[in-house]
Amino acid sequence: MQTFDNASAGAIVLSMADRIIENRAYLSEIDGKIGDGDHGVNMAKGFGMAAERLKGQDAPLSEALETLGNVLMTEIGGSMGPLYGVMFTEFAEALAGKDRIDAATFGKMLHAGLSGIQSIGSAKVGDKTLLDTFVPAAEAFDRATADGRSFGEALEELVMAAEKGRDSTIDLVARIGRASRLGERSRGVLDAGATSCAIILKEIAEGARARLA
Amino acid sequence: MQRFINDPDLVVEDTVRGFVKAHGDIVRLAENPRVVVAKDAPVAGKVGVVTGGGSGHEPAFVGYAGRNMLDAVAVGELFSSPTAKSFHDAIKAANGGQGVVVLYGNYAGDNMNVKMATRLAAKDGIEVATVVANDDVCSAPPEEREKRRGVAGEIFMWKIGGAKAATGASLEEVRATAQKAIDNCRSIGVGLGPCTLPAVGHPNFQIEPGTMEVGIGHHGEPGVRVEALKPAKDVARDMVSIVLDDHKLPEGTEVAVLVSGLGATPLNELYILNDTIEEEISARGLKIAKTWIGNYFTSLEMVGATLTIMALDDELKTLLEVETRCTIIL
Repeated sequence: MQTFDNASAGAIVLSMADRIIENRAYLSEIDGKIGDGDHGVNMAKGFGMAAERLKGQDAPLSEALETLGNVLMTEIGGSMGPLYGVMFTEFAEALAGKDRIDAATFGKMLHAGLSGIQSIGSAKVGDKTLLDTFVPAAEAFDRATADGRSFGEALEELVMAAEKGRDSTIDLVARIGRASRLGERSRGVLDAGATSCAIILKEIAEGARARLA
Repeated sequence: MQRFINDPDLVVEDTVRGFVKAHGDIVRLAENPRVVVAKDAPVAGKVGVVTGGGSGHEPAFVGYAGRNMLDAVAVGELFSSPTAKSFHDAIKAANGGQGVVVLYGNYAGDNMNVKMATRLAAKDGIEVATVVANDDVCSAPPEEREKRRGVAGEIFMWKIGGAKAATGASLEEVRATAQKAIDNCRSIGVGLGPCTLPAVGHPNFQIEPGTMEVGIGHHGEPGVRVEALKPAKDVARDMVSIVLDDHKLPEGTEVAVLVSGLGATPLNELYILNDTIEEEISARGLKIAKTWIGNYFTSLEMVGATLTIMALDDELKTLLEVETRCTIIL
């Protein structure tokens, strides 16, 4: 059975922060089309602060995720601070105390994060939010493991479904948050939260896959 | 940009610092520099009253901190909800041992951050009640009132909630009275020109010269229609009709009226609007008990105005008269 080591995987959060910071301008640009254009700025600020705290710490993945969740919750307001803050905090709790992370634990982590988001937000799939990335990604992971595929294959399925989910937001009309005030005018562009969520899930999945043993 | 700013990323820090320097007799900064606290808060034995919201709406939200008003205010980035931590710190700063009511506007970010802050406060043993303002008539149809945004009616909600708390009422009584205040409020905004977030550098919505956006939101959210700009008396008539068609009030009802500029409309134009607003309200058989005109709740340098009408009963009328000491005269 494939697993990866919790204690040595904290660097996944650092590479996640690098990807978010690289995409600062891009995320703000797509947000600016239907929102107020600050998604990339706020995300880069939060992930950058977390990375600063984690650098040189060699923290386990569970602790690095907790640091990230706390920084987002305490330093980044708006909608993304609490949503991603609760998601990473729940991820961290699901992994806490585990030496090796297997597919079942990883799946539990995804669902804990999802439940956390759904406990504070009221969005559903199809509302043009990060859930349009997250929900199909978690479902694809579940399906692959239920079909008896390896942890590594399930992670590949997760990434593909996340990116497909992200792209599905182009054709959606926003039904929640500031973009929802635009109605039909919100159709035709990617949702910024769905886009950042795809980046996050891809980094965590690929980071895990690279460490499987 | 013709703006008085230093660094576009530090607009909020610079604003709050200047605000607290000017009003040290009324407010102070909490340990968290994103929380402004009334000077004498927390008041032992009194229900704490808290709000919070994005910056750029000055004098809202910080200007309403003070005695018999808001005990603490959480400050967000421009047009962006304060963090859950800031709401939590504001709740702690306002807690006089009788619980805290958070009176805020219906926006996705604020809803989530207040919810998280409430959970954090529960762990401290602080009981929190909330009231969510949804007075903006044009932001959703009447059958979906729970989706409507909160706008300038929040000021009445704070005034009434703060005054009720000052009477020594319980948390549930303060919550219920603040809820009644906002239920009795309806507002409408009309926009004539857009506003710009300094860090973005250009407006993220447009209002063509010669047109107006009827029903515009506090961040430029689209209204119900864009039409040619009309004489002030016709605009005022439309504003009163939209508000009172949504909130049918029996003849003889007493009302409080608030006309607020959105940031870049001269005060004299608000008086011009009010000249007709007063006529129109009176023509419907309603009695105006009190009128406030000024820049009470702005949206950076948006050109435009909002009208809020609150129906009064004996309790609300009495509470409106309670003396408050904040930076804004109410």
